[in-house]
Amino acid sequence: MPKKKLKEHLINREWCKGCGICVHFCPKDVLELDEQDKVVAARPQDCICCMLCELRCPDLAIEVRVEAEQEEASESR
Amino acid sequence: MAVKDYIRERFFPHMWCPGCGHGIVLNSLLRGVEQLGMSKNEIVMVSGIGCSSRISGYVDFHSLHTLHGRALAFATGVKMSKPELNVIVPMGDGDALAIGGNHFIHAARRNIAMTAIVMNNRIYGMTGGQYSPLSGYGTAATTAPYANIDHDFDVVQLAKAAGASFVARTTTFHARQMTDILKSAIVHDGFSVVEILTQCPTYFGRKNKMGGAAEMMEWFRDNTTPIGSKAKQENPDLIERGIFVQEEKQEYCAEYENVIKRATGGRS
Ligand SMILES: Cc1ncc(C[n+]2csc(CCOP(=O)(O)OP(=O)(O)O)c2C)c(N)n1
Ligand code: SF4
Ligand code: SF4
Ligand code: SF4
Ligand SMILES: [Mg+2]
Repeated sequence: MPKKKLKEHLINREWCKGCGICVHFCPKDVLELDEQDKVVAARPQDCICCMLCELRCPDLAIEVRVEAEQEEASESR
Repeated sequence: MAVKDYIRERFFPHMWCPGCGHGIVLNSLLRGVEQLGMSKNEIVMVSGIGCSSRISGYVDFHSLHTLHGRALAFATGVKMSKPELNVIVPMGDGDALAIGGNHFIHAARRNIAMTAIVMNNRIYGMTGGQYSPLSGYGTAATTAPYANIDHDFDVVQLAKAAGASFVARTTTFHARQMTDILKSAIVHDGFSVVEILTQCPTYFGRKNKMGGAAEMMEWFRDNTTPIGSKAKQENPDLIERGIFVQEEKQEYCAEYENVIKRATGGRS
């Protein structure tokens, strides 16, 4: 499978409750809580698009958007 | 459809506490339904009362939010009258196995096609942290300040013994496995039981000094193992995850149809 390339982390600040689950389990230490206890992608360049933050968020507050081109490439294989 | 198309966005952010595992169950279930390509109209979610039961308010399926412990009874009525619909019944551990314990074993025994999800946080979350039949010996709860002396049920063993034709267990740490198991459970033609170990950081976690939501999920990671693993042989205390039972067995609504045919001599 070709590597997925990150487009952006879509974070819903209204829904995020700052539980820290995504921050704690991110294998690449990409995420942080800001001073308002909302999640931010502090080091997006390190993201490997494993999707774990999105899958484990209890509040449906974080979405990992990957580059469309790459997505098509991976689907065609 | 995207996952968000299956929820009632107007009710978000939801009412669950920060880090409550019930939200991860919702998340994984929505992905399962999406991956199965199901339409909202072919699913009915029936729930009772409890923090867990609030899940039925957040999904944009047909939904019934009923009485504490009685979700399976209402669901049986729905399924008997509309067997073509997929019925999903998320329940709390208290809901499913304390007040609702009898409904649980008899629904399993009948093998009526529906998916019973036990959102097991080992506590009565909604009412303030009383112990449940799944809290376990030695745990702390609001009503067990000197440690609980009740032993717990093993949901998997109970469901197997009662006759459920699909029985599985997973945890909120294992979100991908949860989605896969829920998909298999939903398409299974019989009574499916999926026990999901989920965290209530507010009561079970705090009372039992287990740390926050993430630490409670680490506990699920460290104390569970795939069915029949080598680790289980070495450490029998590990809790097994995966699908324990998946068998074909006469389904109740189909059998009821046959009864009608026999009774009417094929005239109906
Ligand atoms: C007939 C009846 N008895 C008791 C209650 C009070 N009650 C509401 S929720 C609940 C237990 C909740 O625990 P659980 O089912 O484990 O769900 P959780 O909140 O932990 O998700 C109880 C005893 C009720 N609503 N109705
Ligand atoms: S898991 Fe979700 S709610 Fe929790 S901090 Fe991350 S984005 Fe926010
Ligand atoms: S997708 Fe994976 S690597 Fe990227 S932020 Fe989320 S958890 Fe971290
Ligand atoms: S009390 Fe417990 S079960 Fe209820 S919403 Fe809070 S964390 Fe979840
Ligand atoms: Mg409970």
